[in-house]
Amino acid sequence: MSDALLVVKDLAATFHTAAGPLPAVGGVSFELEKNETLGIVGESGSGKTVLARTIMGLQPRTNVTITGSVLLNGVQTVGASEDEMRRLWSTEVSMVFQDPMTSLNPVMRIGKQIDETLRVRLGMSREAARARAIELLEMVGIPSPTERYRAYPGQLSGGMRQRVVIATALACTPQLLMADEPTTGLDVTIQAQILNLLDTLKEQLHMSVVLITHDLGVVATRTSRLIVMYAGRIVEIGATHDVFTNYRMPYTRALLESSPKVANPAHTRLIAIPGRPPNLLRLTQGCAFAPRCAYASDRCHQERPELERAAEPGHSFACWNPLEPQGGRP
Amino acid sequence: MSELLEETSLIEKPDRGEPLGPLFWICVGWLALNVLGAIFANVLPLQDPLFQNYSFINSGPSLHHLLGTDDLGRDIFSRVVYGSRVSIAVGVGAMIIGFGVGAPLGMLAAYRRGRFDLILTTVMYVFLAFPAIVAVIAVLSFWTPRALVKIILVIGLASIPLVYRVIRTATMAIATKDYIIAAKVQGATDRRILVKELLPNIAPIAVSFLLIGIATVVTLEGALAFLGLSVNPPTPSWGNMINESRTVMSQNPWLVLFPSLALCLFLLCLNFIGDRLRSHFDVTEVKL
Repeated sequence: MSDALLVVKDLAATFHTAAGPLPAVGGVSFELEKNETLGIVGESGSGKTVLARTIMGLQPRTNVTITGSVLLNGVQTVGASEDEMRRLWSTEVSMVFQDPMTSLNPVMRIGKQIDETLRVRLGMSREAARARAIELLEMVGIPSPTERYRAYPGQLSGGMRQRVVIATALACTPQLLMADEPTTGLDVTIQAQILNLLDTLKEQLHMSVVLITHDLGVVATRTSRLIVMYAGRIVEIGATHDVFTNYRMPYTRALLESSPKVANPAHTRLIAIPGRPPNLLRLTQGCAFAPRCAYASDRCHQERPELERAAEPGHSFACWNPLEPQGGRP
Repeated sequence: MSELLEETSLIEKPDRGEPLGPLFWICVGWLALNVLGAIFANVLPLQDPLFQNYSFINSGPSLHHLLGTDDLGRDIFSRVVYGSRVSIAVGVGAMIIGFGVGAPLGMLAAYRRGRFDLILTTVMYVFLAFPAIVAVIAVLSFWTPRALVKIILVIGLASIPLVYRVIRTATMAIATKDYIIAAKVQGATDRRILVKELLPNIAPIAVSFLLIGIATVVTLEGALAFLGLSVNPPTPSWGNMINESRTVMSQNPWLVLFPSLALCLFLLCLNFIGDRLRSHFDVTEVKL
């Protein structure tokens, strides 16, 4: 508890839409230790991004109600004003966005975008900021950073841009980095590079990382713990190894089965999850996954399961009819 | 110099949209000529635009009167040049008021959103629903004696909702982009985001709209002058010259031709420049 960097308790974000309240995130609780990498996986629309932005205090204040608690290094961010958040942003917590094509200002030189942060937040002089910005560009593996410092985002490739985005996010050495699908907009070969870079930087700068993705391959080797989300709720949480081998929730299994494996013979059909993700406006009393679940019983349709502890320490799942643990070993 | 060489070796020039083309520069030159003429009209070797030479009435273009004379024997060339003063002053002045008020409000509303935006936008849309030209005519009909400043003020105020709408929409398209949120997360203050992140991104649209706005206001001034609601005669303006020449069109077609031509060319140039600039500076839509 004492060395937890991020404590999220019963966090919920409900959007007020014309069609009624939309519970994008509900009842989410977890903790993140220092120097830990936590993965959050789930289908599109399962509330991963909303969760990240809520933790960051980035939700608009007008049409969304946020309840629960987020303690970031002991500071409450739920209900914090923008001024209060500004003290945390960039120095305590920073974020890498999904699409490097839109997360850099197209009319500003990349060096300046890093500079700005350093000068505003750390009060560096023009020269010191420039030197540090070049250092950061070098750190994220941009060749000839002195020249690139003067480039516009449009002159860089997607992978290079994402490196620049990471450099800007890390400018003030935050303790927590939220990476919201940092590789979705990139080629597969570049994806690995960017993820390895994040890994290296995490070790180098002693920070914690929350890695949000829908790609299980991304989180398998790079995270120590894993959260599986469905319809805005945590359905399974535990050490990455436990979730991958001793999954109890049928949804986790379905997710794992639906990712392609190199070992499969050519032309093997992928196992898809039947049905569609639920409409969050019309959630039933029961488990949100029940309509698509092969193991669903009457109870699943009536009553929503809460998180329940599994045999392994720190492993919980929300299911009335859990699967038998596979007993896999590392 | 060495820095320049270094730069070209690694980084190509920023990828811009279409090239500007020679016609663009011809238009710029024509506009510059117009503006210089308007500013230095009283220093240039022009004839007195108010002097009535009764021995030259309704004469066509000649060496002595380059564009001929009107029904009172006044030199048309001189009157066209002096007339540009009113047109350009109204166009630029009104847009300074329109942008000075409308643009900051539009940016702020689009960035802040919420109640501030809702109230302001509703008020602006109420004004927009009311035909501006009718309002301008109504106000100018009763607010006598008419003076240049009053005309600029009335048209300027009437243009605020239009500018507000364009700038607000342009800002809104940018304000939700990830790089604005990224800037916020990096600790940038609202003012910094507005000035350093949003403004450069909407500048191309704003400049184009400014030029087209000036053209619209110049036309509007022409229409008002034609109705006799602009500056009082004998002060020339393109609009009231066309109005005065209307009655003698059959005897002296030159009289209506030259001020109309001056007005048309001025508007064409403004529109063309605005359009070219917009497609040229469309850096945000650079293809990779």
